[in-house]
Amino acid sequence: MSNLGVLIDAPILLLQLVVSGILVGAIFALVAYGMALVWGVMNIINIAQGELVMLGGYIVFYLDAAGVHPLFGIPIAAAAMFAFGLALYRVVIRRLVDRDMFVSILATFGISILLQQLANQVFGADIRTLSSGLPNLSFDNGLISIAGVKIVGFAAALVVGGALFLFLRHTRIGQAIRATAQNARAARVLGIDTHRMYAATFALNCAICGAAGGLVAMTWFVQPYLGLTYTLRSFMIVVAAGIGNLPGVILAGSGFGVLEETAGFVLGSQYQTAFIFLLLILLLIGRNLLLARQRRYLK
Amino acid sequence: MNSLPRRRGVALLAAIGVAGVAAPWVAPEIVTQLAFLWLMILFAVTWDINGGQMGYNSFGNVFFFGLGVYICALVQRDSGLGYYQALFIGTALGALGAALAALLLGPALLGIRGHYFSIATLGLSIVAADVASAWEYIGAASGMTVPVFPGAIGDRSRFFYFLLFALTAMTFLAVRALYATRLGLAINAIRDNEDKAEAMGVHTTRTKVCAWCASAFFLGAAGGPVGNLVGFIDPRDLAFAGATFGVWMVLMAVLGGKGTLWGPVIGAVIFHVTQELFWTYLLGWQRVAMGLLIVVIVVFFPNGILGWLAHARHRATRVASKQAQGV
Amino acid sequence: MNFARSLLAATLGTALFAMTPMPAAALTGDTIVLGAAVSLTGKYSTNGKNTKDGYDLAVKVINDKGGIKLGNKQYKLKVVYYDDESTSARGAQLVERLIAQDHVDFVLGPYSSALTKAIAPITEKYKMPMVEGNGADRGLFKHGYKYMFAVLNTSDYYLREAVNILAEQAKKAGRDPKSVKIAIAIENDDFSQDVRDGIVEDAKKYGMQVVIDDKLPAELNDMTATLTKVKALKPDALMISGHEKGAVLGIRQVAEQKVYVPMLALTHCDSAQITEKFGADADYAFCGSQWDVSMTYTDPWFGNSKNYADMFKKAYNYDPPYQAAESTASVEVFADALRRAGSVDKEKVRDALAKTDLMTFYGPVKFDQTGKNIAKSMVMYQVQHEHYVVVAPSKWAEGKPIYPAPTWDKREASEKVSQK
Repeated sequence: MSNLGVLIDAPILLLQLVVSGILVGAIFALVAYGMALVWGVMNIINIAQGELVMLGGYIVFYLDAAGVHPLFGIPIAAAAMFAFGLALYRVVIRRLVDRDMFVSILATFGISILLQQLANQVFGADIRTLSSGLPNLSFDNGLISIAGVKIVGFAAALVVGGALFLFLRHTRIGQAIRATAQNARAARVLGIDTHRMYAATFALNCAICGAAGGLVAMTWFVQPYLGLTYTLRSFMIVVAAGIGNLPGVILAGSGFGVLEETAGFVLGSQYQTAFIFLLLILLLIGRNLLLARQRRYLK
Repeated sequence: MNSLPRRRGVALLAAIGVAGVAAPWVAPEIVTQLAFLWLMILFAVTWDINGGQMGYNSFGNVFFFGLGVYICALVQRDSGLGYYQALFIGTALGALGAALAALLLGPALLGIRGHYFSIATLGLSIVAADVASAWEYIGAASGMTVPVFPGAIGDRSRFFYFLLFALTAMTFLAVRALYATRLGLAINAIRDNEDKAEAMGVHTTRTKVCAWCASAFFLGAAGGPVGNLVGFIDPRDLAFAGATFGVWMVLMAVLGGKGTLWGPVIGAVIFHVTQELFWTYLLGWQRVAMGLLIVVIVVFFPNGILGWLAHARHRATRVASKQAQGV
Repeated sequence: MNFARSLLAATLGTALFAMTPMPAAALTGDTIVLGAAVSLTGKYSTNGKNTKDGYDLAVKVINDKGGIKLGNKQYKLKVVYYDDESTSARGAQLVERLIAQDHVDFVLGPYSSALTKAIAPITEKYKMPMVEGNGADRGLFKHGYKYMFAVLNTSDYYLREAVNILAEQAKKAGRDPKSVKIAIAIENDDFSQDVRDGIVEDAKKYGMQVVIDDKLPAELNDMTATLTKVKALKPDALMISGHEKGAVLGIRQVAEQKVYVPMLALTHCDSAQITEKFGADADYAFCGSQWDVSMTYTDPWFGNSKNYADMFKKAYNYDPPYQAAESTASVEVFADALRRAGSVDKEKVRDALAKTDLMTFYGPVKFDQTGKNIAKSMVMYQVQHEHYVVVAPSKWAEGKPIYPAPTWDKREASEKVSQK
């Protein structure tokens, strides 16, 4: 019975894949927010994004081991990562801001290796999990099941996305950040301390990743090498959504999630990642063709 | 591009050539590490063709290397030829196969600009690793084992050392010649301003694909010998090792000074030596040190060592001339 | 450019100098040096550490008990380590360095089949005897290596016993084994592929159908797609092999999504610590393992497995998984062969190894001409009430397998009862 045949015979399973995809994609979307923010405001592609998630996950794990319930651990992790982000900005990131983007890619790659290997040495390579204690929902006699923690993750993604949107739109700092993103020099002329805005943006990104890390630890597991997956997926989501398009991020995230789950089901999971990447490459080629046409008109 | 005056450059090349030939007898215990040193130089030099010289920073050039690894291994497994014939034919086919792949993929991928190109090529190497890990014909995740080297012990490392040395030398000389041609100028023009270059009559697509094919050709050629030197081909860790070889290529060229002829060479040597030192003396922490080093290099030496030297020399000359003027 | 040229020359010079560490003189005084490239970093670092700890404990205990007597002298053992970073290219380089530069007397195997496959041709080329305990791929034994000896069972055997149990239980229930449906999900790596091949072969033997044969991506994160298929096709068994990640994800997501399979079979349960992590959710899972702490094999260095486990826990603060036990056993095999050979001559030791007939706490060791251990059998245990109970081979079984596992409703009901 081919996999596609199974789906056609029992369309309810497609619902499970879709639901699962949306929920899973939302957590990736959360990480993508942060990346979109840093990219849009500071013109830096943060390759260490996944490692920030990983650190957040470990913080929540160790807090849980110390008796703090993960749902409380997540905001603490976010705060801790915010502080970490400020420190990282002062030491390294601030020197990358006015440079070529390629430099930022390489530098953040170095940071990602550093963090990853430090985590391996300090925390060990064991897989850590923790339980959220949340109930799991089940419908249709068990054919559709949704982990409670995945719903929390989805809700968190929506809340953070909404909060970010409002923050950038309606608060002074948010507006200052947007001004800096639009034209840093003009912003400085108007008296905005652009370095503080950059620091805040980067730290905010780290906080978001920290929170996402906690969700990841609750939903799946955390280990030192989980970073790359999140970095790549969040990059894909940002590219697909278009830089600066924050609401689009959650759509793109969920969309990718659904596509991936379905492709995994039909083609076999070993091709899941390859499929997604192929999609990304095609997306980039397609985007490029559109731009090429524009360029031709300009000539 | 080649700022060394001709005679000095030739003298340096000759010196390196002699050292390279003598090395296995001067330092027989580290022949394998030296073989890898040549490989690293080849990696950095080929990357720079499309990276530093052309401005297309590919994170997926390791894809061509992996193709070469597998093509050669397949020839060795399935052709029924003797060891050396299969190895040489496999190497040649690896080079051609990789160049063909660049020819086919080039027009589509090289149309993508800037950092999107970087990520697209990264995706290429990841897709390749995944597909190779799932394809039964080439061993899937279990990889492939190459036939045992028929010579005596100790001969094996030396043999592959010389093979890689020869390949790297050929690559370097070819690239050096390339940079002196009009094609080389066109490649640089694309880096400086692609649209202007196009407007001035440079066939940008053709040029870009040519450059990528050149990289691919030499990377593919290196694949077979390395696969045989290591003995066991792992799709993710050796052939399509994006997170190691794929990124190191870029780092080495940047470290030494991308866009120059000797920059990648210097970068590769320093990188490889540092790595070996870390490995020996910082057991367990070597990768942490590596990450730190990368950050330091990229942040403080963005133009690489050659760039930093040029800058330092420029400043020194300015100071000297100011002093001469009595300022 | 002058400066650059000198810089290049200086660097090359330093390279030559730095890459030649002082060769450790072998058999210095009264020490026999064993060399090992293990995974201290990278994806295998957990098991790499297990391996190193296993080697270290063996060396410590053997040395404490007097070492090895060759002729009239007592020799101590010592292990020299390098980190192969879980990559085969690195492993191959390092083993060559151990042999050619550091001049070790003998070589101990690395962790994982992939790495063992990479270094075996090298030890073979240099005629260097190697005993390994962590490379279980069948392919290793097809090359006719004369200098490689493996104390463990090949990886295809991990879950064959699960298939046998399925057949037995089907017959007991009056079903034709041919009607049994099996679902397989493996992480796309060398070891797991072998495990899968073993399952498929035994399934074919009984005429069973393999209805799901999924290879999960390496950054395996979520098995929902596979589990959805399982819900649709309702197989009699779901067998997962993906190292610790596979075990953790398997137990977690099967419980979360309330996927019902009469048998859930996994590998790496103990090193993944599924009972510690998941409590009652881990119940009824079948686990393939090379060794279990309840085995009553004994040897003069460690006593029985329980003694070994206690000593290990005291030294390293965690319960030894089988990866550690088989590493310890590898050193014991060397000690025994050295004693019988009476010298450190590589050929003599190789021949002594080939004639090994030794009982260790890990199990009996006897090699066939390909280097495989043909005396030991794989262990299968089941998690029952959060304890591991050995259910196969029957000679060592502590209890009967519970098959089929109760459905999730019944499990929840009985949990509520036990909580009252």
